Amino acid sequence: MRTVVELEGIRVAHGERTVLDVPVLGVRQGELLAVMGPNGSGKSTLLRVIGLLQAPTAGAVRFRGALVTAHDGLVVRRRMASVFQDPLLAAATVFDNVALGLRFRRIDGRRIRARVDVWLDRFSIAHLGLRQARTLSGGEAQRAALARALVVEPELLLLDEPFSALDQPTREDLMNDLGRILGEERTTTVLVTHDRAEAMVLGDRVGVLMNGRLLQVDEAAQVFRGPISEEVARFVGVETILDCRVLESAGDLSILDAGGQRVQVAQPADPGEWVRLCLRPEDVTLFPGAPKGAGASPFNRLPARVERIVRAGAHVRVVVDCGFQLVAMVTHREVEDLGLHEGALVTAHFKATAPHLLRHG
Amino acid sequence: MGLVSEGLLEAVRLLLTGDAEVWRIAWLSLQVSGSATLLSLCAGIPLGTLLALARFPGRALAVSVVNTGMGLPPVVVGLFVTVVLWRNGLLGALEILYTPLAMVLAQFIIAAPIVTGLTLAAIQQVPEPFRLQMLGLGASRSQMIGMLLREARLPMLAAVMAGFGGVISEVGASLMVGGNIKGGTRVLTTATVLETSKGNFEVAIALSTILLLITFLVNWALTWIQQRARA
Repeated sequence: MRTVVELEGIRVAHGERTVLDVPVLGVRQGELLAVMGPNGSGKSTLLRVIGLLQAPTAGAVRFRGALVTAHDGLVVRRRMASVFQDPLLAAATVFDNVALGLRFRRIDGRRIRARVDVWLDRFSIAHLGLRQARTLSGGEAQRAALARALVVEPELLLLDEPFSALDQPTREDLMNDLGRILGEERTTTVLVTHDRAEAMVLGDRVGVLMNGRLLQVDEAAQVFRGPISEEVARFVGVETILDCRVLESAGDLSILDAGGQRVQVAQPADPGEWVRLCLRPEDVTLFPGAPKGAGASPFNRLPARVERIVRAGAHVRVVVDCGFQLVAMVTHREVEDLGLHEGALVTAHFKATAPHLLRHG
Repeated sequence: MGLVSEGLLEAVRLLLTGDAEVWRIAWLSLQVSGSATLLSLCAGIPLGTLLALARFPGRALAVSVVNTGMGLPPVVVGLFVTVVLWRNGLLGALEILYTPLAMVLAQFIIAAPIVTGLTLAAIQQVPEPFRLQMLGLGASRSQMIGMLLREARLPMLAAVMAGFGGVISEVGASLMVGGNIKGGTRVLTTATVLETSKGNFEVAIALSTILLLITFLVNWALTWIQQRARA
């Protein structure tokens, strides 16, 4: 597949400290690459380097296969558009703000009006065209900022946490609209975010950036289901991580010793090998009381005792002891319906396909 | 109180009767201070923009010099310009001492740091990511600077007001480099000093009132533009 932009040996250093070190990264035509990482991991620096807004200390950027030089920087920059966390609208009307990029490119007035009208409409802010941009709400302002970037029909759209300053309902609305529009336009996009949900919902591929290094870049589902290291696993939301010994292995099914419990995992491993088991909390289901009868083979049913119940926004995190510490995510209603309380006896269920094994060698 | 009211009445009379000398002095004041302000804008806006955006060794020192310059005592400027323009001074060959041109030069030196310093502050108050955002939308460097100046236009109008206010009201430099020559370099401030020293308080108050009126009208016009832009 054709790549729109490629990074080669990119390093950005502030004095002795390296803040970004990306040996190679390519963004494919038509994809949305979501790069996620914690604060200070180098996400915005990465985006600025791609967008030619910051010169790297070392390395090169290729756009459509051609090396970008200082001489053609502006020409290449005009084939891209950036949107930041803060909408950064100019003190002008919404229409004039959306028209900015076209005016920078010296497009004639009639075409500007036609294109701006289309994009105001697509972001459902056509009625705000004559309003002063500084009087908009946060959600409206970010819609204007996105329309302002997309109106120039960029070959590469760069989004730097564009939803993070918005409240939850506004964020979800805008994320849905943007996802739909990008899907229709097939605009090649790089989104950086610290929000796993955003990356998962919007990303075709997901990269995990930590301490300036891209630890994993893969299909979105693969990054969340099969993180390549404990560091990535923790960042993508895996909460149960423990060392286990492989007892038996037959084909794709392995039996592990996890804190004295036999756990089935649908992943090959060598008997006697030590592996690290990763399990997401939303893959664990809790039932009241002790396990009843022998389970069907692809399921794990472990007797457990509730250790802690921690409210986590719309959900509740329940930490249980089943020979090892296991974290389950349930709803507030389930806590009531299942009569969960500290010390309660429960059965923890998870499919053999749910865990992911990190193999030490 | 009698003196003040008589002075005000005299001001009204001078204005209404169209006293030629008063109108000439007022017109010269506007010309000299307007030209000096205009020149200071031409120099101060690019310099302030450069200091706000560029990073170079000695920048902090340059900013300190500008900030110090914002409070330059006019008499010091007057002395400096007189020495430079004196017949055997550095620019003595120009023979412009005791001409309106010398007054423009002195007032320019007073106003330029004010405009530079306020431009610097105005541009720095625009959030730094705004620059990146403009570049990220495809602006060239000059388009980006244009957008920054546009964003900072309200505080920059304050720079114009401060620059003009600083020079139309100064007296020391104009007196020293202009000489207060009747029909040549007499402006409202120097004329006021002269009339006061002669004990002609009514005329001095009248001239001061006209000076205040001019300052008010110019600032009122700029404020109107500023507030209209904000609305």
